[in-house]
Amino acid sequence: MHKILLKIAQVGLKTETAPRTDEALRVGAARLNEDVLRLLGRALAIRHVDAGSCNGCELEIHALNNPYYNLEGLGIKFVASPRHADLLLVTGPVSRNMEEALRRTYEAVPEPKLVVAAGDCGCDGGIFGENYASRGRVANVIPVDVAVPGCPPPPAAIMQAIVTAVTVATTAKR
Amino acid sequence: MSPTLPGIPLAPLAGAVPAWRAAVDARQWRSGCEAAARSGGRLAALWAGDERDAAGGFSVRALLVTFEGLVCLELALPEQDPTYPDLSDVFACAARMQRAAFDLVGVRAVTPSGSAPDARGWLRHGAWREEVHPLRRDVSLTADLAAGDAAYDFVQVAGDGVHEVPVGPVHAGIIEPGHFRFSIVGEQVLRLEQRLGYKHKGIEKRFESMTLEEGARLAGRVSGDSTVAYAWAYAMALESITGSAPGRRAQFLRALLLERERIANHLGDLGALGNDGGLAFGLSQFSRLKEDLLRANARVFGHRYLMDRVVPGGVACDVDAAAAHALLEEGDLLEAELRSLRAIYYDHSGLQDRCITCGRLTPRTAALLGVVGLAARASGHAMDARAYPGFAPYGELPPVVASHRNGDVAARIVVRFEEAFESLRLQRLILERLPEGELRTALGAAADGAFGIGWVEGWRGEVFVALHAGAGGRVRRCHPHDPSWQNWPALEHAVIGNIVPDFPLINKSFNLSYAGADL
Repeated sequence: MHKILLKIAQVGLKTETAPRTDEALRVGAARLNEDVLRLLGRALAIRHVDAGSCNGCELEIHALNNPYYNLEGLGIKFVASPRHADLLLVTGPVSRNMEEALRRTYEAVPEPKLVVAAGDCGCDGGIFGENYASRGRVANVIPVDVAVPGCPPPPAAIMQAIVTAVTVATTAKR
Repeated sequence: MSPTLPGIPLAPLAGAVPAWRAAVDARQWRSGCEAAARSGGRLAALWAGDERDAAGGFSVRALLVTFEGLVCLELALPEQDPTYPDLSDVFACAARMQRAAFDLVGVRAVTPSGSAPDARGWLRHGAWREEVHPLRRDVSLTADLAAGDAAYDFVQVAGDGVHEVPVGPVHAGIIEPGHFRFSIVGEQVLRLEQRLGYKHKGIEKRFESMTLEEGARLAGRVSGDSTVAYAWAYAMALESITGSAPGRRAQFLRALLLERERIANHLGDLGALGNDGGLAFGLSQFSRLKEDLLRANARVFGHRYLMDRVVPGGVACDVDAAAAHALLEEGDLLEAELRSLRAIYYDHSGLQDRCITCGRLTPRTAALLGVVGLAARASGHAMDARAYPGFAPYGELPPVVASHRNGDVAARIVVRFEEAFESLRLQRLILERLPEGELRTALGAAADGAFGIGWVEGWRGEVFVALHAGAGGRVRRCHPHDPSWQNWPALEHAVIGNIVPDFPLINKSFNLSYAGADL
């Protein structure tokens, strides 16, 4: 146990606070915090759905929870069920084999709900495009609020996309 | 030295790995596989093709790994009645590959009695009808295929108190989609049946709409976590076809990228394993170290996961003296951190209690299933294509192959730690010995109909790319093969007798690719 405590003490806090992030991200993170506080009581719940990705985007979504980005520190957490979620974070071109599962997951999320499509494939089908087995972009299957390009988009960009989605929702509600 | 398959003349294939090919008839298809299996060989991959526009009929190919190298058996099938002898009794891992070959091309494996060993679809769910085979040349890439029957018969387990737990395709975490059907009594798993294929997005058909050069980018996106291994295997296949060889500097840099991909994935999984074993501290620490590594990748190579850095003919990145120095320093720091974290993992009684004897894959089962990669090494089979047969530049940088005999979650953790240390050692050697030379060599022309194979030991296991060139420098057929094909069935066995709550831990200890095998 003492080794664990010693390691925690030695490593210290890694979470990047405002002065250490780039301007775009800093503004994004701060706005998110306010909006989440106002709109969702500091408890935005995300359900991730991989609808056919190469799994590259999943690596970056995992990274959101590492100590540097510490998404959960902002009050945003990933949940196990769409019924507990406010936002769907969808990756991949939507494979036809996942089409129905994605639709059902979307329907299971209670209103008001948001959808962020992550990655080039989620935005426009990416290198796979639309074909006999792929529906292409996420918006071809369910309504999308924000789409973030990148192959894969880095964690900061995914954070910004989530922020933007929440901001759009706030504006629309006013 | 050429492998010996009685009565089957082998023709050598040029390239970076020892390989041969042989056109066989149906009898030799069986006898060749049986002879290879008897002498310790295994099935690496099986795929089919539509040859009606060329040689006529269809084809099915079996890629075998023998002690001497690769052997590709090629069997031509008539257009009417394209059936071939089933291999699943010789190589258990053939079963799912044969089902996929039927779904995509319509060639059917049959047993001596004339029946199909398992006639259920694998990649075909309900997206197209059973009689349609999208990889045939008369179906276009963008065909809007009518939906078919999506029914699927899972094997039923009967008995007092047995019930089923269906999980997926959408899972409870940040995971790829797939379906797991558990048959359990109380908490104990009697049987697990996987149904995969949810991510099938027409990759093999998409390859055929590309030039040989363009295909490299797609190969790097078959399984994103293994992008370097795939891009290298694809480049190796294309270099074999065009009679080209990358320069020594490019080869060293490829190895540097591959080892960094291995380290990044092992760091991620070691953290996730700690978390699934109840030690969230492990996830925080390892994900921090992984992020450091990814950021260094972005600074030095221009991409966090090193996508598109390995290109046909060489690499699309370089390391100058300052960058080499920074990577060496980073490597030393990481090694010290890993040592301290390993001591914590190995001393932590709670974590060890979860991992030791959990999800055991015995050496015997691993051999029967043809398991590869780190899962095989943790179950007593010290195979690693970097070490044997070896491919450039690993002859100059021989890796020490990690292995363990227990085959449990703990053994797979030990192998990951040892491989991460070994990759750090190799990184140091590569950076200290980095030769001068060209980064990218121009490729020669690809003859219509030429065939090449790439074979790279990725972090999960061996990745193959079989590439057929078409006219005008285009891809005629490309089959990328993920080690997950072989290892998914092993997970079904490893989980038997364990309790359901241990499944996430066991699953993560293998961490198999859905995308890589769904194609």
